[in-house]
Amino acid sequence: MKPIFMTYTRGDLINLAILLIVGVVVIPMTVSSGYWYTSILIPWLCLALATIGQQIIMGYTGQLALGAAGFMAAGAFACFNLILRVPGIPFVGALLISGLIAAAFGILFGLPSLRVRGIYLMVATLASQFFIIWMIDKFGWFKNYDSSGIITAQDIVIMGKPFTSPVEMYLVIVAVVTPMTLIAMNMARGSTGRNWMSVRDMDIAAESMGVSLLKTKLQAFAISSFYCGVAGALFAFTYLKSLEPVAFDIKLSFKVLFMVILGGLGTINGAFIGAAFILLFPVLLNYIGNNVFHGAIDATIISAIEQVVFGVLMIIFMIYEPLGMAKLWETIKIKIAGLFSKK
Amino acid sequence: MTERNFPIGGPVLEVKNISLSFGGVKAITDTSFNVLEHEIRAIIGPNGAGKSSMLNCINGIYKPQVGSVTYKGEEIQKVTPNIMAQKGISRTFQNLALFKRMSVLDNILVGRKLHTTSNFMEVALQLPKAKREEKVNRDRCEEIVEFLEIEDIKNTPVGKLPYGLQKKVELGRALATDANLILLDEPMAGMNVEEKREMCRFILKVNDEIGTTMVLIEHDMGVVMDISDRVVVLDYGKVIGDGTPDEVRSNQRVIDAYLGVEH
Repeated sequence: MKPIFMTYTRGDLINLAILLIVGVVVIPMTVSSGYWYTSILIPWLCLALATIGQQIIMGYTGQLALGAAGFMAAGAFACFNLILRVPGIPFVGALLISGLIAAAFGILFGLPSLRVRGIYLMVATLASQFFIIWMIDKFGWFKNYDSSGIITAQDIVIMGKPFTSPVEMYLVIVAVVTPMTLIAMNMARGSTGRNWMSVRDMDIAAESMGVSLLKTKLQAFAISSFYCGVAGALFAFTYLKSLEPVAFDIKLSFKVLFMVILGGLGTINGAFIGAAFILLFPVLLNYIGNNVFHGAIDATIISAIEQVVFGVLMIIFMIYEPLGMAKLWETIKIKIAGLFSKK
Repeated sequence: MTERNFPIGGPVLEVKNISLSFGGVKAITDTSFNVLEHEIRAIIGPNGAGKSSMLNCINGIYKPQVGSVTYKGEEIQKVTPNIMAQKGISRTFQNLALFKRMSVLDNILVGRKLHTTSNFMEVALQLPKAKREEKVNRDRCEEIVEFLEIEDIKNTPVGKLPYGLQKKVELGRALATDANLILLDEPMAGMNVEEKREMCRFILKVNDEIGTTMVLIEHDMGVVMDISDRVVVLDYGKVIGDGTPDEVRSNQRVIDAYLGVEH
């Protein structure tokens, strides 16, 4: 297939059109239960966006950073404070500035990557996770001196219209996630992404080709944290509907990390697949527990099974398919296409 | 080699009194030589003679304790791989330093980095400038792919290719930079006779058609003598011979170093 739009083939564009029609028209028209939006679609898209951020730094640039939740918290609290303190700021504007603030933190905590790599960088970037959460907890200003510890997020208001019902919030998220995904794909497939990947695969050769390690790494950290920041703000305003630093703990960082690994390192669609899997799998297990075994299995056991299965899957993927479920999906598609072309 | 498209000119690269040591180990001692424009210059010598170290000094991966590198008449104060790339010196690596998970074409495209001026915003939003640049770069890389006769593998991840082809891709990536001078670190190591012959053909073709100055390190004396204009011989980090292949071949010190000498 010949690319008709940069590196996009006709097939890519058709896929995009189908996804958009399903996402914007079919789902809002057919799915009416709020549960699907509030518990599945909204967190899925928010976390997928954060996973794209983690993909950029880890999957594309090869920097083992572990602090996605910290940047998400930075974005969430930045958004809260912007709406609270800047009168008349449009929601999308607040969202973008939150992303930029998170990006600034990203650059700051990306600095160690110029000196250390691998597991040491992972430890160094953990600092972001703990520092940002500590900062928000320590200085009351960030939480507007709220003593309860849980602050209700403001309503999303765009052009004077409040978006408060699950469907409306879902549409807001789609409107943010779609362009950001496309932008990430453009970068990943263009010269920006090639610079990232060259640093990931062989930094000394990248340097000899004129790629600046300093610039490329910090740029990747900034863009990655921008995505995490926006995702964090959306996550707090639509899914949590509250702002509490505890929600952005290290567990969330790990969750995003697992989404990257299971989805497939260095793939954008892997971010969505990984996020869907990690989010939906517990739901599925619960469903099986309740409907097949009729509650005969204790809920604690189910959550234990969840952990075990995740652990095993991580190991299996690391060994047999480092490119994750996105690669698996490709293989399946090729196989299916092969079946049809034979007939 | 009489009627060349690009006749050999004056010195472009001068290496003066370079000394490099790692702790107590002296890799290079007070070495000087020059490279003339459009020539193919070989650096040979036994294992551990300091050939690769020499290239790494020119390219800025190693920082020599003493000595200077002058390129196009300008003494380069701070030699780093990045600065040398910007000056127009590209290279390949001895143990292959390709971007393994990227496709052949993408690897070569990274070589176009210095011919890419659009920033990430322009790329992200696919502004006309970024699109235009990408098209120009892709066309140039397709030319190189065609030149190296690797069209059929251009979308394969490099890590999956056999060694000989990977060496070709690395040459392609160096060519994509449109560098005036390319440092080739053992471009033919580990190749069979046929592959070597093919690689020689490419090196000569590049030199002849584009006029790129080449500095290459090679073990295989036969190959070196066939394709290079001048040869510098290193042994224990010192220059023991410098001149045309014929001069070097009859140099007693070189013969001693290669064949051993009775004591």
